[in-house]
Amino acid sequence: MINLPLLRAGQPYTSLDTVEVLHIATGEPLVNVSQANRGLIARDLLAMGKNREALQAHSVAELLIICKKAAELFSTAELPLGDGTQTPDDYIVQVSGTTGLPQSLARANMAKIHLVFDEMAAVLDGLTRGLDLAVLDTGQNIQDGRPLSYVSLARALGCILPSNSPGVHSLWLPAIPLKTPLVLKPGREEPWTPYRIAQALIAAGCPPQALSFYPTDHGGSAEILLRSGRSLLFGGGATVEPWLQDPGVQIHGPGRSKIIIGADKIDHWEQYLDLMVTSIVANGGRSCINASGIWVPAHAREIAEALGERLSQIHARPLDDPEAQLAAFANPEMPHKLSALIDAQMGNAAQDMARGKNERVAEAGGGTFLNPTLIHVDNYEHPLANGEYLFPFAAVVETPQQALVERIGPTLVATALTEDEQLIQQLLASPHVERLNLGPIPTNKLSWDQPHEGNLFDFLYQQRALQRMAG
Amino acid sequence: MSVAQDKLDNASSELDAHVREIVQWHFDPETGCPFWLDYAKKLDFDPCEKIHSYDDLALLGHFEDEWLRGGPVRQWVPKAYANDPIYVFETGGSTGLPKYRINVRDFQTDYALYSESLSEEGFPKGADWLMLGPSGPRRLRLAVEHLAQLRGGICFMVDLDPRWVNRLIRDGKMREMEAYKAHVVDQALKVLKAHENVQCVFTTPKLLEALSEKVSLPQLGIKGIFCGGTEMNAQFHRFAREELVPGIDFIPTYGNTLMGLACCKPFDPVDDYAIIYYPPQPRAVIELVDPDDPTRKVDYGETGRVMLTTLTKEFFMPRFLERDEAERAEAIEHYPWDGVENLRLLTQMNESVVVGVY
Repeated sequence: MINLPLLRAGQPYTSLDTVEVLHIATGEPLVNVSQANRGLIARDLLAMGKNREALQAHSVAELLIICKKAAELFSTAELPLGDGTQTPDDYIVQVSGTTGLPQSLARANMAKIHLVFDEMAAVLDGLTRGLDLAVLDTGQNIQDGRPLSYVSLARALGCILPSNSPGVHSLWLPAIPLKTPLVLKPGREEPWTPYRIAQALIAAGCPPQALSFYPTDHGGSAEILLRSGRSLLFGGGATVEPWLQDPGVQIHGPGRSKIIIGADKIDHWEQYLDLMVTSIVANGGRSCINASGIWVPAHAREIAEALGERLSQIHARPLDDPEAQLAAFANPEMPHKLSALIDAQMGNAAQDMARGKNERVAEAGGGTFLNPTLIHVDNYEHPLANGEYLFPFAAVVETPQQALVERIGPTLVATALTEDEQLIQQLLASPHVERLNLGPIPTNKLSWDQPHEGNLFDFLYQQRALQRMAG
Repeated sequence: MSVAQDKLDNASSELDAHVREIVQWHFDPETGCPFWLDYAKKLDFDPCEKIHSYDDLALLGHFEDEWLRGGPVRQWVPKAYANDPIYVFETGGSTGLPKYRINVRDFQTDYALYSESLSEEGFPKGADWLMLGPSGPRRLRLAVEHLAQLRGGICFMVDLDPRWVNRLIRDGKMREMEAYKAHVVDQALKVLKAHENVQCVFTTPKLLEALSEKVSLPQLGIKGIFCGGTEMNAQFHRFAREELVPGIDFIPTYGNTLMGLACCKPFDPVDDYAIIYYPPQPRAVIELVDPDDPTRKVDYGETGRVMLTTLTKEFFMPRFLERDEAERAEAIEHYPWDGVENLRLLTQMNESVVVGVY
């Protein structure tokens, strides 16, 4: 079995406290993950200022070159993994084995991480709107004749990470070229990607001190959130509740992403079916950028029937099947519980238009899955209208266009299919919508020169007033 | 190293004799407490006649924690001690109402016995102590002070209300919790800086971590740390010895209001930092039983639920199923009875209890 150590400022440390993570399908232990005790994390974070200095010694330009190299190494190299090594193919099989993501999707996520590393300069341009990042090397600069200065708000970027999909890790990669050390707490079932990213960066020349990897419990996570200065926290409900008002913690909860069709386009809804299916199903429906709502001013039932029919053609397949589109659940009881929860919430005002409740839970290749579910609800206040689950799930909601934007609620990505300027203006003005796609762009399609889920640069740095006078 | 059979047999015989003495005492109208005397009336046998050994305590079933959660607390005072000053101590209260246990001298006796296990190098006679742990209605405050006094020292105190910390955690007020921790640690630092003769510390794992962030305890002249109050695992033990307080005599301890104080097996590198506790037999016995069938004692190395029996003249608590679990450990020369390794919260209770806050 693989033994995965902590990385304490890049240095491997094998803990006496370990957690065994099993293969979803076979039940065999796949990896024994060292666990960091809370005090160890706290002690290490005391030295984070020093670790940051090691990263500061490199210019942004040098760190961008390191990211380019890391992209290549992440995708192609045999990298250290505990007391052994890991090839890219090993990585795919391991990620799939513990998270339930089909190998084909794990590979696609790997490509996504490669892309973000490789295109890091464009990503930073998107985050900073073209700022000359030399200002981070010198602390001050002149732009358009005005003095410019930025101050870092974080000794490190703490990341309390999820297990749902490796692609999500591309969010925090820019921290390294932004000269901020990373303190990573991986999800229980997905230690693989953060560890491999760290190894790729180290192999590419990144100072190891900038990379800490601490699998840990709630107490250890709290320590990271309390001490890093700036942190990303993935999760929902009780996990994020204590941190909602903390300016140092950026919450990444459910996305509740939506496709909105305007009254001007609604009679042509059939031409958007492929877009809807892709937005709901891509990446196994595991991402916060998957659509979980189709909000329309008319034709909701017809859309739900047609979408339900399309989604019902997607079947659970073994994780190594190249055609697999659905992800298995790490806990085989979870699909049954989720399905029962959905049924309990449906009542008489909603209907599952895909397969119906008796066929929602599926088994394939030793894994337990939830088949795509498409709910037609009769009003926007139905509890499932804004539901989001870790599988392809969406509700079709009909509501008058004039009230639609105020009713959608928090929405990470909204794809608006309309040319109605009034509706577009309402969406542009809406504080609910974090990312707005105008036109037939799937909700899961990201443009890397645009900030996503909060702007990491603005989160890590604050512009400082600077005046100089000779004499 | 296995323990000679005659030593194990002697310990077992001593325990059985002690059980007979304690049962006689608690069920005798001249000495026993109202609770047990009333309880005996509901039995269809006379405990004094039927109970001759530790195993015979099974006739009494399992002590129920609800019995200690309400009044009248005087029902637990043995008649023999009716005219003595009585203390009452509370358990943590993390599972609802706290349990209340009366004390006359037990806490002093427990800590006097424990004192014998401490080394002169780590806990020198005449050295002063800092007690940085839960105070208020808990036994620890008085007990640690008694321990210090027994060893010729004076004990400095810092207040800590763990129930307030529990509440901050439940309410998700993490920054407030940190502020409270800093407030407590600041007080400890003042004591340590102002009083050079403080060489011994009682504290909890988390407060030890917090204190060690601010100062080097070895450099301040601390020689011994008696650490307890919440669970500790092997990783914490190693972290403490290697990084937090290297060179200091670090003694993990398991104690609670109901049992007294269990001693840790002396540090031995071959144990790989495993923490193995031995109860203060015959005053208290820990048996590890199958959580689904408490009549079955688990095998050595197997995980079992803690079944605690307390056998003192002040308090009789047979076969109480605790909320902890552990692996059963072999007897050692110094403690020729079963020990418990890797003691922790019962798996089934992990999500419902807030622990380890101080």
